[in-house]
Amino acid sequence: MSASPLAPISARRRRTDKVARALLGVATGIALVPLVLVLWYLIKRGIGVWSWEFFTKDPTGSFLGDPGGIKSAILGTIEMVALATLIAVPFGVGVALYLVEFGRDGRFASVVRYFVDVMTGVPSIVFGLFIYITLILTGDFGSFAGYKGSIALALLMLPVVTRASEVVLLLVPDSLREAALALGAPRWKVTMRVVLPTALPGLVTGSLLAVARAAGETAPLLFTAAIVNATTFNLDSRMNSLPAQIFQDVGQPNPRLVDRAWGAALTLVALILLLTLTARYFQRRTRLA
Amino acid sequence: VEAGTITRGGRSTLERSSRSRFSDPLFRWILTGLAALVLLIIGFFFVRLLIEAKPAFDRYGVFGFTFDNNWDVSREIYGALPLLVGTIIASGIALVIGVPIAVSTAIFLTELCPRRARGSLTIMVELLAAVPSVVYGLWGIFVLIPKLKPAEQWFADTFSFIPWFGGGNVAGPNYFIAGLILAIMILPIVSAISREVLATVPAENKEAALALGATRWEMIRIAVLPYSRAGITGAAMLGLGRAIGETIAVTLVIGNAPQIGQHLFDQGYTLAAVIANEFGEAASDPIHRAALIAAGLVLFVLTLAVNAVARAIVVRGRHGERAPEGTPAAAAAL
Repeated sequence: MSASPLAPISARRRRTDKVARALLGVATGIALVPLVLVLWYLIKRGIGVWSWEFFTKDPTGSFLGDPGGIKSAILGTIEMVALATLIAVPFGVGVALYLVEFGRDGRFASVVRYFVDVMTGVPSIVFGLFIYITLILTGDFGSFAGYKGSIALALLMLPVVTRASEVVLLLVPDSLREAALALGAPRWKVTMRVVLPTALPGLVTGSLLAVARAAGETAPLLFTAAIVNATTFNLDSRMNSLPAQIFQDVGQPNPRLVDRAWGAALTLVALILLLTLTARYFQRRTRLA
Repeated sequence: VEAGTITRGGRSTLERSSRSRFSDPLFRWILTGLAALVLLIIGFFFVRLLIEAKPAFDRYGVFGFTFDNNWDVSREIYGALPLLVGTIIASGIALVIGVPIAVSTAIFLTELCPRRARGSLTIMVELLAAVPSVVYGLWGIFVLIPKLKPAEQWFADTFSFIPWFGGGNVAGPNYFIAGLILAIMILPIVSAISREVLATVPAENKEAALALGATRWEMIRIAVLPYSRAGITGAAMLGLGRAIGETIAVTLVIGNAPQIGQHLFDQGYTLAAVIANEFGEAASDPIHRAALIAAGLVLFVLTLAVNAVARAIVVRGRHGERAPEGTPAAAAAL
């Protein structure tokens, strides 16, 4: 900002400018402090807990003796999130396809869009309550089960997938659709063979971010999938998960269990960071965005 | 379709095959059905929530349940005011701490940051959203609470003349810690939306300010901020919605005491935390369970109201542009 010969910038204005810009920079620095601190403590307290046994043994449930590892929690999280993804991604992309390909700016589409936004704002614990009162409290579908946890997570992922997919699908140029239609392709074929493949990297990004979000959720799992020790591959039985396991261990007045919580937290964050960075990689490969 | 000149098998080559005549409407109806299912699901759950919460509302009245200052499980008295107040205090603190930092970050990243550092700094701020709630809770209990306690006590003693902020003994887990954790958790979303809003400020407005001889900061103050005020307010409201519904981290650091705290560093409780905490014991006690579901309903309605207002402000702040824009990551952050 060089001084203009017409009206030199006064020293006071220049000082204000400098101070304000410095403050904005400092605020950005402050915003990054928690990230650094959280990662630092996770690594410091968590890495020492990691061992072969930590990943390959189930929690024993013993309070004073050997607490065991987190195998069932890791596998439970993977199983439940995988099932949730199988539900939420086709559903969410389908809704986004409706909004972009058919609904456009119609009234029904606006209502759907609004309620998808509403769903984004619903607290995750309320999704847990929904599943609890419809699938567990009624008693028709048995007690706590892994698949119920998956449904709660899927509800949570649905608006994320839909919103992200809608953004990407809107970016597909209309000329591509028109070209395919002009060649005589039916609407469904245009959508499946032209629109979806063009938008694929972006759809993958949105889905991965939704998966990353679901993987870290504790609240909806507490009263849908519960917390157990043993590994199970039966989605109709109670199932452990990393966040629930951490939540349980944190509250224990036993340093060994708290150590396990740190180890499990480091595992969970590593998993989620991996997903998030993979999502970013796909985003950069998107030719559209 | 008009019959063309070239025909094969008695049918114009331009005519659609009979298969696609059925499959196209079918495809359309399947997708419309999925979209309608979203509305059905939300409506269905809302009704179920109302039905299950009814016993609590019948017993204490809607107003009595929501605004009575007494939550006593052992005597079967459920008045949710302490939870409601705790929720409002904790998320209020989160806004006061989190929003100025988030908006400053957004301004810095869009207007001042050197281009080379922008990408990586943006990703780092967004990574804050990747840390799960339970991990913030773990970190809060074992790092933040012990490390900040002396500073909190010093603050309470030094400013003991300010009602509510000073005086009193600092409890380990308290409103302030919960608010601080929430501030960290809403920072990425408020910052992401603010950035999106700031990016829509027309370059002409900024250039006009600079051409009139404004410094960078003056340009931000007179051209950028007034243009994006509505959008930033909306971003803060969306952050508020997040803070209100946040459960696990808050449960771990707010102390879970069902009274309205005496001061900033006193223990409290929130609507979301009470559900997570008491659900295990309540499963076999119908009225306790109904009370928790009713607390969930109050929470649901509260977040709906906050989000509706926020969306309205954000949309108005978009200056007539059609909704979603930006990258899929930004959309997912919403």
